[in-house]
Amino acid sequence: MSFLMFLNTDLLVATVRLSTPITLAALGATVCERAGVVNIAMEGIMIIGAFFAAVTAFYTGNPWLGLASGVLAGGIYSLIHAAAAISLHLDHVVSGAVLNILAFGITRYLMVLFFGHPGTSDAIPSFLGDYQFAVPLLSKIPVLGPVFFNQTPIIYISFILVIFLAWFLKHTRTGLHIRAAGEHPLALETIGVSVYKIKYLAVFISGLASGLAGAYLSIENNVSFTEGMTNGKGFIALAAMISGGWSAAGSFLSALFFGFADALQIRFQVFRIFHVPEELFIIFPYAATIIAVAGFVRRSRPPKADGVDFIIEKENE
Amino acid sequence: MIECCPYPPYEGNEKRGIMEEALETGRPILETRCITKQFPRVLANDEISILLNKGEILSILGENGAGKSTLMNILYGLYRPTSGEIILKGKEISFSSPRDAIRAGLGMVHQHFMLVETLTVTENIILGSEPSKGGVIDYQLAKKQVLEISELYGLHVDPDEKIENLSVGLQQRVEILKALYRHAEILILDEPTAVLTPQEVEELFRVIRALRDKGVSIIIITHKLEEVMAISERVYILRRGKLSGEGDIKDLTKEELANMMVGRDVVLRVDKKGNGKKKEAVFFIEDLSVLKKGGNALLDSVKLDVSPGEIVGIAGVDGNGQSELSQAVMGLVKIDKGSIRLNGKEISTLSTRERIDEGISFVPSDRQRDGLVLEMSISDNIIIGRHDRKPFVRSAGRINHREIRKYAEKLAVDFDIRTPSVSVSAASLSGGNQQKVILAREFSRSPVFLLLNQPTRGLDVGAIEYIHSRIMEMKQKGAAILLVSLELEEIFALSDRILVIYEGQIVRELKTNETTDYEVGLYMTGGRKKGSLNDGK
Ligand SMILES: Nc1ncnc2c1ncn2[C@@H]1O[C@H](COP(=O)(O)OP(=O)(O)O)[C@@H](O)[C@H]1O
Ligand SMILES: [Mg+2]
Repeated sequence: MSFLMFLNTDLLVATVRLSTPITLAALGATVCERAGVVNIAMEGIMIIGAFFAAVTAFYTGNPWLGLASGVLAGGIYSLIHAAAAISLHLDHVVSGAVLNILAFGITRYLMVLFFGHPGTSDAIPSFLGDYQFAVPLLSKIPVLGPVFFNQTPIIYISFILVIFLAWFLKHTRTGLHIRAAGEHPLALETIGVSVYKIKYLAVFISGLASGLAGAYLSIENNVSFTEGMTNGKGFIALAAMISGGWSAAGSFLSALFFGFADALQIRFQVFRIFHVPEELFIIFPYAATIIAVAGFVRRSRPPKADGVDFIIEKENE
Repeated sequence: MIECCPYPPYEGNEKRGIMEEALETGRPILETRCITKQFPRVLANDEISILLNKGEILSILGENGAGKSTLMNILYGLYRPTSGEIILKGKEISFSSPRDAIRAGLGMVHQHFMLVETLTVTENIILGSEPSKGGVIDYQLAKKQVLEISELYGLHVDPDEKIENLSVGLQQRVEILKALYRHAEILILDEPTAVLTPQEVEELFRVIRALRDKGVSIIIITHKLEEVMAISERVYILRRGKLSGEGDIKDLTKEELANMMVGRDVVLRVDKKGNGKKKEAVFFIEDLSVLKKGGNALLDSVKLDVSPGEIVGIAGVDGNGQSELSQAVMGLVKIDKGSIRLNGKEISTLSTRERIDEGISFVPSDRQRDGLVLEMSISDNIIIGRHDRKPFVRSAGRINHREIRKYAEKLAVDFDIRTPSVSVSAASLSGGNQQKVILAREFSRSPVFLLLNQPTRGLDVGAIEYIHSRIMEMKQKGAAILLVSLELEEIFALSDRILVIYEGQIVRELKTNETTDYEVGLYMTGGRKKGSLNDGK
């Protein structure tokens, strides 16, 4: 059995599929941190998004409504982080950690409430995985065609978002304000733009993106919601954003790398090419995360005021 | 001066006879009435009433902490006054954010620049007022507009350059352009000269006059008397939050201004008598280089020596290697080449602790970050570093609190540290008293070599005077002193010799009494390369 047989188109297709939730959450986190709000809550926001997407798809039978609901739930849930970190001046990491823990509690409670038991929800009648379609012409390109242009809806959305957000940050007024808010918020405030508003907006955008990532997990890549199904992807997204240098394109490339590590791991397990305990394979993507972060982080620079509390006038009391 | 508050509450134009009259003569454009600002612990502005005429250059003079920035931030809508009124062009206004102030025609160049370093000049200038279609910025148009106004006012700067690559002088120019881009009719400059070399100050004043001639009304904040005399027509003086004087420049002398600013007569010069002939140097730096990760030099073959009883001043624009130099001496940064010797002993291989034991004392530039543990008490801060030695520790390793307290109390008296008790936290002290705690710790060790990095940064005149006199005392006692300062005035007031540092190199050595701040300023900006000028003459 040759090692090379792993490196086929299927592996690359799996790479893209496994990297999509990471890409989406990392994109959102990029916007958020460029505005100066540290976000480690993607894991929690994602699980909330996944749950509401599945519940809505289950009850309405319409996965598109599920998608919308998952995205929105993520956005709304992220506003807790915005309120805590921006308005209440709580430490961003503390607030993010609370959001992560809270999300798992909430989804377990709601599981019991909606489905009568914890664990996995009932299967949804129709899922987005059914809407796979090949883009004419482009999908005919050798290797890359099937990998990138014969996919399911949210995967396409993630591609569009990478390009859109890179453009958005560079070329729009709001994008410029977001970048300024993360580097020197007072400079923005003194020029007449409300830093709080910009930060709220950025956190909300990151919530929408993580919500979408969650929806992908429960109603496109799967036909049901399972507690804990995010499985650390929110944290890997954090690593992808950091090793991607706080940029949309960088996050995407890093996410692909982590997705590749994950896909490879699964192959190794299935084919058992090396005779070692399978646990060693499972840690592979996580080990890759650590190595990538250790390797790249020193070279990339976070926004200067990332995670720094912003108060104009410290005079209350 | 306006009594507070003789006017009835202001309700519109018709009730205000005096003001209207003044308006018809076309003069006052901005007025504050009895502005008061109470911060949690400080009354920063106490019933301040000032008046700005159209097309004039007005100075506001005051020591550090007098409340100048607070007043300007209130005018600019960043802070809200506790009480008082602002009247702009005859109408009472109340700004709820800088956005309102900008709309009303105000522009402000803040004491600490409000520029985003990673963005370009154009992006910074247009920020918040971007020319755009449907939210998409028209960079082409933006750049054209920026070039147009910089042409109009003669303020040239590359619109595509990133801020982080510009000199401080140019960054300030971007700040002014930012205000002009928003059509400021009133321009507030908060301590604009603090970071500039004498040449840059001259250039700035030229720009300010040109703006005035184009009809812009200007408020310039400063704590430097010469500048008030040089640039403005009228002046208000603030002291401890109160207006302590005002007048036309032509009717005032420098001494009167100083008196109103400080509230007593000030010695504008310290007595700088040396102690006779120069002794042999005890502290040497040779060929010292510190490289950045990328490879370019932060310090490049620095060579200097200091003798006992001598003060050597390092002059330079911020960020030219000053902090690396002090870090290298103290062993806080890895040196790539060179030697540092004290009393004939190589110390560059020693730990920081061992260097201190060899007789080095250090006053760091950031007193709150590097000089003190803010949360700890004054007494702990005074003995820190010797907390594990006799008599502060008993034989079993137990700390001897009684001894520490006794010692700290003695030093608090010696160094005039104004505090209710030595057991309060260092954080609760004013800047001047915090600095005195550091001096007490460092000077009481009787160092052979004393390294001072910006010892009076941000302090008021009283504290500066005191600290300067203590430094001179150390000199008299025979300490070799290396003084790093961004204030040329301080360098000139204290040092016997001046070394100019530029891009990590000592580009020039000058005798204090044979040079001028203008000449030093020239070297500070790399105006003259090493050795291209005939010595002294
Ligand atoms: N945001 C703030 N919160 C609390 N105190 C402040 C604040 N800003 C300034 N102060 C205090 O108000 C006083 C005046 O400060 P400031 O206006 O900055 O003086 P200046 O500009 O004349 O040096 C100082 O004692 C300072 O500590
Ligand atoms: Mg100030």
